[in-house]
Amino acid sequence: MRYLPKSPADREAMLKAIGLCSVDELFAPIPAEYRLSRDLKIPRQMAESEIVDYFRQRSRENGEGYTSFLGAGAYSHYRPVIIDSLISRGEFLTAYTPYQAEISQGTLQSIFEFQTMICELTGMEVANASMYDGSTAAAEAVMMAVRLTSRRSVVVARSLHPEYREVLATYATHQGMPLSVASFGDDGRLNLTEFEKLITPETACVLIQSPNFFGSIEDVAAIAEIVHRHDAMLVVSIAEAVSLGIVEPPRQADVIAMEAQSFGVPLGFGGPYCGVIATREKFVRQMPGRLVGQTVDRQGKRGFVLTLATREQHIRREKATSNICTNQALVALMVNIFMTVYGKVGLKELAKQNLAKTAYAAGTFSEHGKVLFAASPRFNEFVVQTKEDPYAINSRLLGHKVIGGFPLKKFYPELGNAALWCCTELTTRSAIDTAVGLVAESERSVRSPKEADVEEVTR
Amino acid sequence: MKYNPRVNEAVARVEGIANGHPYQPEKISQGALQILKTLSECLIEITGMDAITLQPAAGAHGEMTGLLIVRAYHHSQGRPRKKVLIPDSAHGTNPATAAMVDYAVENLKSDSRGMVDITALEAQMSEDVAALMLTNPNTLGVFEQEIHKIADILHAKGGLLYMDGANMNALVGKVRPGDFGVDVMHLNLHKTFSTPHGGGGPGSGPVAIKKKLEPFLPAPVLMTKSDGTLGFEYNRPQSVGRVRAFYGNFGMFVRALAYIQANGPDGLRQTTEDAVLNANYIRKGLEGTYDLPYSTPTMHEVVFSDKVQAKKGVRTMDIAKRLIDYGFHPYTTAFPLIVPGALMIEPTESESKEEMDLFIEAMKSIAEEVQEDPQTVLDAPHSTRVSRLDETAAARKPVLRWKPAV
Ligand SMILES: Cc1ncc(COP(=O)(O)O)c(C=O)c1O
Repeated sequence: MRYLPKSPADREAMLKAIGLCSVDELFAPIPAEYRLSRDLKIPRQMAESEIVDYFRQRSRENGEGYTSFLGAGAYSHYRPVIIDSLISRGEFLTAYTPYQAEISQGTLQSIFEFQTMICELTGMEVANASMYDGSTAAAEAVMMAVRLTSRRSVVVARSLHPEYREVLATYATHQGMPLSVASFGDDGRLNLTEFEKLITPETACVLIQSPNFFGSIEDVAAIAEIVHRHDAMLVVSIAEAVSLGIVEPPRQADVIAMEAQSFGVPLGFGGPYCGVIATREKFVRQMPGRLVGQTVDRQGKRGFVLTLATREQHIRREKATSNICTNQALVALMVNIFMTVYGKVGLKELAKQNLAKTAYAAGTFSEHGKVLFAASPRFNEFVVQTKEDPYAINSRLLGHKVIGGFPLKKFYPELGNAALWCCTELTTRSAIDTAVGLVAESERSVRSPKEADVEEVTR
Repeated sequence: MKYNPRVNEAVARVEGIANGHPYQPEKISQGALQILKTLSECLIEITGMDAITLQPAAGAHGEMTGLLIVRAYHHSQGRPRKKVLIPDSAHGTNPATAAMVDYAVENLKSDSRGMVDITALEAQMSEDVAALMLTNPNTLGVFEQEIHKIADILHAKGGLLYMDGANMNALVGKVRPGDFGVDVMHLNLHKTFSTPHGGGGPGSGPVAIKKKLEPFLPAPVLMTKSDGTLGFEYNRPQSVGRVRAFYGNFGMFVRALAYIQANGPDGLRQTTEDAVLNANYIRKGLEGTYDLPYSTPTMHEVVFSDKVQAKKGVRTMDIAKRLIDYGFHPYTTAFPLIVPGALMIEPTESESKEEMDLFIEAMKSIAEEVQEDPQTVLDAPHSTRVSRLDETAAARKPVLRWKPAV
C-alpha cells in the first residue's frame, strides 16, 4: 500500500461516481469459482528499512570485497558516477517507449547518438537502438543473414562464447537451421583451412567472435575474404566492447553483433546488459529492433523519431524481422553516457591500460605456468594452463579473497586444466602479484584434484 | 505509467548485488541465488503455476521461450503440431513470436463483446493446433469470461493454453491464471512489478508453467543442493536450451522482489483494485464523449474509438498530440487493431483521483475543441520544442546516424 496515492474516501467517491457499491463488483466479470478468496502466500509487507536491510544481507552473502579475475563475457570496468546520476532522472527512468516523438526528443536524441557512436566504433553504417544482450544479438544477426541470403545453414566458431553458441542453437534448431562448428588451431584462433571446408553453397553466414572467447584477436580480414569468396555473410560478435578502443574494428564484417556491457553497465550477476546490431545500410530493412532516424518538424526544425517500423512486429506481425519489442533502452543510455564521457582519446587510453595490465599478468603467469596461445595477439584475457585442476586452485584463492580465472573444462575439455583470466584497468599490480604467487605456490605443491578440496564452481 | 519505487533503485545498487559476476563461484553467490529463489516462489504463488524460469529478457522473449516449451512438449508426445491460434486483438509480438519458432499463425476472431468467439474457436481447434495464445484481460481490457470453456476446448484436443500475462496488473491477488486452466504464461516485470520502463527497456519476461512442462524449461534451472545451498542445474536433457547468456535481467529481479516486499499480499491486492478502479473511473467519465466500441466490463484499461471525432477529420493521433498540450502523456494510439482509431487508456494504480479528474477534464475539453475548432487539435502539439515530426520523410530517406559536415 506504500505506493498508492488514493485515500479510502477517494475510493469511495470514485466507486460512487461509477455507480457501484463495492470494489468487488469491478471483478464480477471473473467467474466466481476462480476468484481468490485468500491472501497470496508471499512475504508480508515490509518497511523500507527492512527491505534495505534484506538486500544488504543478501549482498554480504554475495562475494562482497573479493578481487576478481573473471571476464568471459562480463567485464569489470570503472563506471563514471555521472551515469547513475543521469539515468536516475525520472524523464529517463520512467519514460515510456518514445512513440510520441514530440515529448520524447531527449530519449530519441540519445538513441541517435548511441547509434552514431556504435557506427563510429565498429566501422559499420547503421546500428540499432539495442537488443537484449550480446548472445541474442548474435542469434538475431545470424537470422538476419539467413533472410538476406535465402540460405539456411550456419558455421559457428568454437571460440565463440559457449553460452552464445547455446543461445544460437536454441534459436536455430527450432527453425531447422543446421549449425556446424569450426574448431580453433594451436594459436587459439580459427583454423582457416579447416573452416573453409565447412562452408557449403547452403551456408548463409559464418559467426565468429573477436577478440574471441580466449581473448585472442581473430584475423577478420582473412576470414572475411574466405567467407565472401563463397558468397556467404560474415557475422562478428564482440563481447568486450572496450577492445574497440585499440583493436582494429572488424569492418570487413557484414553484420556485427555486440555486447556493450563493458561501457558503463554494472556486472549485476549477468544482466541487464546491452546488445546491439550494426551493419551496412543496404541490409537495414532486414535489421531487427528499433531504429531512430532524423527528420524535421512542420517548421523545418531538426528532430528525431522511431523509424522504419515496417520491419517490426507491431506493424508486420508474423512477417516482422523479429518479435523484439521492449529492448534495453535505459542500459543503452548508460552506454551512451559512458562513450560520451570517455570520448575518442579516453577510450583509447582505457584500452591501452587494459592491454598493459593484461600483458604484465600474462608475462608473470608464464614464469610459473603455461600461458596458452601466447603468440596470438590478445586484448584483456588469456588462458593459463596448470598442473592442478583450476577448480582446486580457485577454491584455495577464495580463501585469500581472490576469484581466479574462469575454468574452461566444462566447455573445452581438450584444453585440460585451463582457466580464462581477465585483467582490466581496475586490476592492480599487487592483486596480480598476489594471484600469481598463490597459483605458483599451488603449482609447486600439486596435490591430485581428488585430494584437493574441490569446490564445484558456478559455471 | 506505474510508479518506479526509488528504494528499488537503491537496493539494486548495493555493492554485492550490483557488482556480482555471473561466473563467480556459487559458494559466494548465495545472496543472488536467494533473490532468484524468493522471487520465483512469489511469482509462482501469484500466477498459481508450478515452476518458472526467469531467463527471458522481455515479454516477447518470454513468449518465444513459452512457445519453445510448447513445441518441445508436443514433440515429446510424439505429435509435433503446426499451428498456433491467435485472437485478432492480440499484441504484434504474439504472431511475430509464433513465426520465429516456426509455427503457422491462424487468426481467431473476436465476438461482438470483444472476447474470443467460442464457436469460431471450436471450429478452428484441431489436433494440428499446438496452442492458443491468449491475453487475459485482453488488449481491450476485457476479461475472457468464458475462460473455462476456452481451456476445455483446447485441452480436449491436446492443445495448450498460453497466456500473455502482460496485463497481470489487472489480476494480481484477485485471480490466478494457473487456477483457470493456463498451462504456460509469461509475465512482464516492467509492466506489473514496477521495474522501470526506461524509455523502452530493459524488461524481464519470466515464464511460468504447469508441472508437466517442467522438463522443458531453459537450462540452467535453480536448485537446492543436498547441503542446503543453492546452485544451478545444467543437466536438463529435455530442456529447450538456453535463451540468453547467464541467468536473465537480474537487476530487474531485485527491483521486482523489492516491490513485492513493499506491498505484501494486501498491498498487491489493493494495487490491482486501484488499477481497475482508475480505468473504470475514466471510462465512466468519458463515456458519451468518446465512442466506446465494446461495452463489456473494463478491467485495468479502457479502449475508446475516435468514431465521433473522425467525422470532423480528427483522429486518435491528433487527440493524443493535443493531450500533450494539456500536460498529459498520450494514451496508446491505433491499438488494438480490431478497434479502428483506438484510444487505449491504462492509468495504472499510480494516479491519484485529482490527476484522473484533470485527465477526464482535458479529454472532454479536447472533444469540445474538435467540434468548435478542429484545426487547433490537428495542429497540436503547440507547447513542445518541436511540432509534429515528419515520420514519412524519416522512413523514406533514413538518416540513422550523425555525420560530420564535409
Ligand atoms: C499484451 C502485450 N503482449 C506482449 C508485449 C510484449 O512485451 P515486451 O515489450 O516486453 O517484449 C506487450 C508489450 O509491449 C503487450 O502489451
